[in-house]
Amino acid sequence: MARQPDGPPPPPTVQKLRLRYTKRGPLRFASHRDLARALERALRRAQVPMAFSAGFSPHPKISYMGAAPTGAASEAEYFEIGLSQRRDPEQVRAALDASLPPGIDVLECVEAGEGTGSLADRLDATRWRIDLPGVDGDELARAVQALLAAETVTVTKRTKNGTRDVDARAAVVSAAVAVEAGCAILHVVVRQLTPTVRPDDVMAALAAVADLRPPLPVRAVREAQGRLDDSGDVADPLGPDRAVRSCCQEERAQV
Amino acid sequence: MFADMAAGAGGYPGRVMTVESLYPRLEPLLAQVAKPIQYVGGELNAQIKPWDDVAVHWALMYPDAYEVGLPNQGLMILYEVLNERPDALAERTYAVWPDLAGLMREHGVGQFTVDAHRPVREFDLLGVSFATELGYTNLLEALDLAGVPLHAVDRDESHPVVVAGGHAAFNPEPVSDFVDCAVLGDGEQVVGDITDVVAAWKEQGRPGGRVELLARLARVEGVYVPRFYAVTYGADGTIAEVLRTRDDVPPRVGKRTVMDLDEWPYPKQPLVPLAESVHERMSVEIFRGCTRGCRFCQAGMITRPVRERTITGIGSMVDAGLKATGYEEVGLLSLSSADHSEIGQLAKELADRYEGTNTGLSLPSTRVDAFNVTLANELSRNGRRSGLTFAPEGGSERIRRVINKTVSKEDLVRTVTTAYANGWRQVKLYFMCGLPTETDEDVLEIAELAVEVIRAGREASGSKDIRCTVSIGGFVPKPHTPFQWAAQASAETIDHRLRILREAINADRRIGRSIGLRYHDGKPGVIEGLLSRGDRRVGRVIERVWRDGGHFDGWSEHFSFQRWTTAAAEELAAFGLDLDWYTTRERTEHEVLPWDHLDSGLDKEWLWDDWQDAISEDEVGDCRWTGCYDCGVCPTMGTEIQIGPTGRSLIPLSVVGARPQVDVDVDAAATDPVHTH
Ligand code: SF4
Repeated sequence: MARQPDGPPPPPTVQKLRLRYTKRGPLRFASHRDLARALERALRRAQVPMAFSAGFSPHPKISYMGAAPTGAASEAEYFEIGLSQRRDPEQVRAALDASLPPGIDVLECVEAGEGTGSLADRLDATRWRIDLPGVDGDELARAVQALLAAETVTVTKRTKNGTRDVDARAAVVSAAVAVEAGCAILHVVVRQLTPTVRPDDVMAALAAVADLRPPLPVRAVREAQGRLDDSGDVADPLGPDRAVRSCCQEERAQV
Repeated sequence: MFADMAAGAGGYPGRVMTVESLYPRLEPLLAQVAKPIQYVGGELNAQIKPWDDVAVHWALMYPDAYEVGLPNQGLMILYEVLNERPDALAERTYAVWPDLAGLMREHGVGQFTVDAHRPVREFDLLGVSFATELGYTNLLEALDLAGVPLHAVDRDESHPVVVAGGHAAFNPEPVSDFVDCAVLGDGEQVVGDITDVVAAWKEQGRPGGRVELLARLARVEGVYVPRFYAVTYGADGTIAEVLRTRDDVPPRVGKRTVMDLDEWPYPKQPLVPLAESVHERMSVEIFRGCTRGCRFCQAGMITRPVRERTITGIGSMVDAGLKATGYEEVGLLSLSSADHSEIGQLAKELADRYEGTNTGLSLPSTRVDAFNVTLANELSRNGRRSGLTFAPEGGSERIRRVINKTVSKEDLVRTVTTAYANGWRQVKLYFMCGLPTETDEDVLEIAELAVEVIRAGREASGSKDIRCTVSIGGFVPKPHTPFQWAAQASAETIDHRLRILREAINADRRIGRSIGLRYHDGKPGVIEGLLSRGDRRVGRVIERVWRDGGHFDGWSEHFSFQRWTTAAAEELAAFGLDLDWYTTRERTEHEVLPWDHLDSGLDKEWLWDDWQDAISEDEVGDCRWTGCYDCGVCPTMGTEIQIGPTGRSLIPLSVVGARPQVDVDVDAAATDPVHTH
């Protein structure tokens, strides 16, 4: 009885592209589902030749990874798409960018390098910048010191299935304080473990260790996402794909 | 795009006033509320024009949550039509949920538009589209949040002119204290006329203040200004007379009708939200109006006559809309889409055109006839056949004759069985409960029908894996329909009938488990009934409910029957009236109805005769095919039926895509039947 789609199976993926995009301005209030919908529509509007899964409800081949939480801005969100026809990555980037609302800007698009492994594996840390309007820089610095000095700082996260305790201290790789235009700023590198420690968990940890309670809502921006490098910073996750590509181009140039 | 509000040099003459964005003050609040994305705007195809470049500023409101309001076609159309004018701008605003409303009050942030986050208070006009009466309390909440006086008489010329539109505006009397004007009928042309009047009045230096502006607006065809009409009541509580208080306004206000839909191919650039909304698709209205003559259907009655968009007009709107939005699905909207004179050809040619593009076509299928199944098969061809919807509306043949939606039980079962045999797994059947003359037996027949449909369907499809969902809503009598005189069934009656229906369906478990029953209790319908057929005295009830904290009445988690009944009892007592007087009381032939001075074109005598025919179970045909039966609309409004066929056809487009498939879902969600909520 089950009806099967007539005709040939969907064409296979012939090219994988990896893209970086932003969540800026008011669009920081978009959730990952909002972004997924927007990206899928934009891919259609930009007429990117997507590869699809088989069946009566074919889905375009898209993988999203590690979305920044609703309310947090980001300069470094990543996703990967499978194409049924080869395209120039830069042209895809430009067409997609033009099809998205301002604030969701597609900054980079590279072809996935053969043998470079999965992109998700390269996204194990985030560098956040958290603006704390109304908080004194010294007060923040003292709180950060207390956090870094602690062995563990357990905070309670609210999740879909109730609450869950997580050690926020363990996820924090480094933290530094700056003051810009009278506003205290926390630069913090956070390891992406499960469950993920997010900016509001870091804030909860600061409240726990030093009773830091900002008078105004804080603003978080994910400045970079990638693998932790030896210096404790976050490496460009598209680096390996670019490396393969430039080495191929060199080979070709030599022929 | 959020920061272009600087005054242009040499702005528009008159009171130049650059209006600042509330966004910087709103943003910190958004971090503290649920689904903040709904308040930030920035949708694909949204528009922001510099404030000082135009003479007339419209805020357009849909008085419900963003997710419901954003897809509203009417609002989207007017937004584009107005923004295309060089002398006007339009921005949108929606009902704000209580979490944000509380913060806005605490921090002194007023009701804002989502486009440029400008304060609604600063606009020249606030247009509010009422698809249902249950949005009235949300209007009051928005006015209060905006800092606009609740009562029209308390506003001065610095406040926006509040204009009500939409189907509920055909009886705006219950909200006449709160709105300045109501617009009857199609909005595309009248918003332009209103803009002209406001622009001229501002240009002239606002002579005569607000009253003069309203008097000028009252002379625009289709615009009703309640304050210029006085209502007096008789000893029995009914209306004695409605008289105009100035002789330069019309004694009766007639509706507006757009005759050539091809001239108004809107929305051209449908808005695509980032947030999830109730309709994840674009819609093209394939015709307006309906002359099937279903007696319960206000939409069918007030939108006559039928005006079709041509097949080529539809084709280019679908094409342009898909390109502009990136949507995967197109709904072909109307009150009865299978009745378009070129629907068969349209379905085939659109399916051909979008073959291999993963574009779905959906049809709000509501009539029970074999042709609808054929059409659905054609549209779905090779795609998923999930759900098909039919709306018999009445459970028994007898009640279907009363409502003029005649279909025999045999035809109904045969049609649904055909659908199952053609591979459709799930059929939804829409019914109403509480129809005039209805008995328990009429409703119980729904159960028999559903059981028979499942039996025959299992046989025809050779599968037990089929389902039938019975969706049933309480009937609410509406103004400008033959049932406008009818007694509404009480909530107890509705609840009783729903209960015995549920028991009957569950009686046979082997069949019953293939049948789903979806219904709402009868209480919200009673309040909708009060608001639908109410008069000016009902305004006090609405205001009281809002003051007691009522809003979002279309949402069961916010609706409080208790609050409404208490308010009704206390506020109506002053007039010697009560809730039942407005709802379960049958009206007599010569009673002056609150909306009699508002002209939908329908002849009151014809409506009364049709009501009498309903009681005697006599049917009436469709004037598209059986000839005019003098309902009154065409001669009164100077309109005529506009239908094809045109003889034209769609040429194939060259489209990019890789999948040899059209995914079609002919689904209930494609339309919300206008009589249920
Ligand atoms: S006036 Fe006649 S033709 Fe026009 S809508 Fe009424 S019945 Fe139909």
